[in-house]
Amino acid sequence: MSTAAVTVGPKIRARRRKRTLALVVKYAALVFAAIVVLLPVYVLLVASFKSGAEADPSRAWALPHVWTLDAWREAWNGDQYGLLPFLKNSLKLVIPATLISTFLGSLNGFVLSRWRFPGSDLVFLFLLFGMFIPYQAVMIPLTQIFIDVNAPEGIPRLVFAHVIYGIPITTLIFRSYYATIPEDLIEAARMDRAGMLRTYWSVVLPISAPAFVVTAIWQFTSIWNDFLFAVFIITDPSKWPVTVALNNTTGSFVTPYNVQMAAALIASLPTLIVYIALGRYFMRGLMAGALKG
Amino acid sequence: MATIVLDKLGKRFPNGFWAVKDLSLEIAEAELLVLVGPSGCGKTTALRMIAGLEDITSGDLFIGGTRMNDVLERDRDIAMVFQNYALYPHMTVSQNIAFSLKLQRRPKHEIKERVQETAQLLGLADLLDRRPKQLSGGQRQRVAMGRAIIRKPQVFLMDEPLSNLDAQLRVHMRGEIETMQKDLGVTTVYVTHDQTEAMTMGDRVAVLRAGELQQVDTPTTIYDHPANLFVAGFIGSPPMNLARGTVERADGDALVRLGSSTVPVPAELVRSRGLDAWVGREVIVGIRPEDLEGPPDDGPAPGCATLEATIDRVEALGATLLGFFTVDAPPAQSESIAEATGGGLDEVALITREGTPFCATFEPRSGLRAGDRVDVTVDVRRLHFFDPETETAIGS
Repeated sequence: MSTAAVTVGPKIRARRRKRTLALVVKYAALVFAAIVVLLPVYVLLVASFKSGAEADPSRAWALPHVWTLDAWREAWNGDQYGLLPFLKNSLKLVIPATLISTFLGSLNGFVLSRWRFPGSDLVFLFLLFGMFIPYQAVMIPLTQIFIDVNAPEGIPRLVFAHVIYGIPITTLIFRSYYATIPEDLIEAARMDRAGMLRTYWSVVLPISAPAFVVTAIWQFTSIWNDFLFAVFIITDPSKWPVTVALNNTTGSFVTPYNVQMAAALIASLPTLIVYIALGRYFMRGLMAGALKG
Repeated sequence: MATIVLDKLGKRFPNGFWAVKDLSLEIAEAELLVLVGPSGCGKTTALRMIAGLEDITSGDLFIGGTRMNDVLERDRDIAMVFQNYALYPHMTVSQNIAFSLKLQRRPKHEIKERVQETAQLLGLADLLDRRPKQLSGGQRQRVAMGRAIIRKPQVFLMDEPLSNLDAQLRVHMRGEIETMQKDLGVTTVYVTHDQTEAMTMGDRVAVLRAGELQQVDTPTTIYDHPANLFVAGFIGSPPMNLARGTVERADGDALVRLGSSTVPVPAELVRSRGLDAWVGREVIVGIRPEDLEGPPDDGPAPGCATLEATIDRVEALGATLLGFFTVDAPPAQSESIAEATGGGLDEVALITREGTPFCATFEPRSGLRAGDRVDVTVDVRRLHFFDPETETAIGS
């Protein structure tokens, strides 16, 4: 007898079988859900590698006979549909708008949670209302105000609009995050003779990285994906962000599905990259509040 | 260095609750005053008012002779040590300690020098590049102290700085803080709920209850002459034995009847406390456990009284032995005692027999066991008497 026989009672065996079955069911459900979510992406992907003649809705599910990058080339830098200039516009919009709205949210969140003043709760409440005002409701007044104050046309207007619209959500995220910072820390800074801005700058800001990542990802994604603001604020087509340009790849007579699909993928890549690069900080930031204490 | 004067200081919170009421205290230069009381007694609020972290609702606060009510916290020249240390997590030990000097824009070489000096004093020299996360509780506590010391402020405020340390370290740091405070000679207000800390550290101790000052005096005076039932119950561990008794006259002398037992009261005590006026009336009698001792080997000393006791329970503390027994006198049940002792005694009374549980100290090797019948010697000179109505000490 060189090896000891492992004997397992029938009860334990039955329990194991049950557990395996549960696992199979669970994974089957998950795989099904994943397929439902990924199917459109599949259609998008295969169509983008087809030639113009092959890319037809009637054969949307089929793999391409001939794999080609023509559609990608056209969508990237083609004469008719090239997105490159519009991607640049989008970056010019999204980077300043994200940074400014995130920073403002951080300042607001700090003051509204840790350096309170009489009526600060009311101010916060009003700020939150901003989240529930639909874009459509402000389209006309916003445009009118831009005209009235003679704001510089083009992307600056769009940056401004997104910064303002971002303040409620960025403030909310930062206020919740700062609520988890021990009050002692702020008071210690006060006793060390730091004023409000110094406390913010030297004590609060350096420990805000998780909230900054969460807020920045959030703002980046929603500003990048915005369509409506861009459509009514930007009048000069050369200043369009990529979302508006993408919409215009739909031709009036023919729709080049392959180019459109490649363009859609290109337009959504930056948000995907940001999320993949910073995703783990995103989760960490979301949970920081829950785990502290 | 400065004196601190609290003149009828009051704090009402927005919900209408008065956390501190008419608190008047004078803290001398270089004195260490301990504010002590059960949780919720307003001691921390009082400290925060001195710090400037809480607005003052009524009364005046003077530091070094200047009225401070409307002076911003950063202009009061006060350093504070927080219960949770409140170290800046992203800064190293040396940055934590240097932060206040940096804000004052002191020259770099001076900051460096003073950080070194402070670190030496606190034994932190090898830890200067660590972050708070990498420190033990005791080390963090030292950094918090360092942050206060380096400022050379007029006043130190300490809010339960030792409550997060384990028992041994606490005793050790107690001594260190006390020594340091004496060496630096900085006026200090120290808040704690731990009466042992208060007794051992304070030049004077101020006992607070529900926002009101009960007594302020040296630890010994507070211990020997508690001003009222609350202080009597709060200061001392194990707490003072308290029961209801009646003062009676016997052969020209007075005695106190506690249930079926009587305890003679020395003439001197009768005179000094004015007990004549209480003959035939009910009083609350108090006696500390160490003034109730097991029978001495050579028989009871003259003038001492004895109580017959059947021991219910024994607690061996090593150096002493505590014996618990029941005296068949009604307990001094009062809200203030319950508050002072955490409500413990009443429950004990319920689970034993009718009467009042008493605690006496015995020789550690006396071999005392539950069920033993012994004669407990009462040091009658150390009896305390309280008015059951006003709960204040009689004749003091």
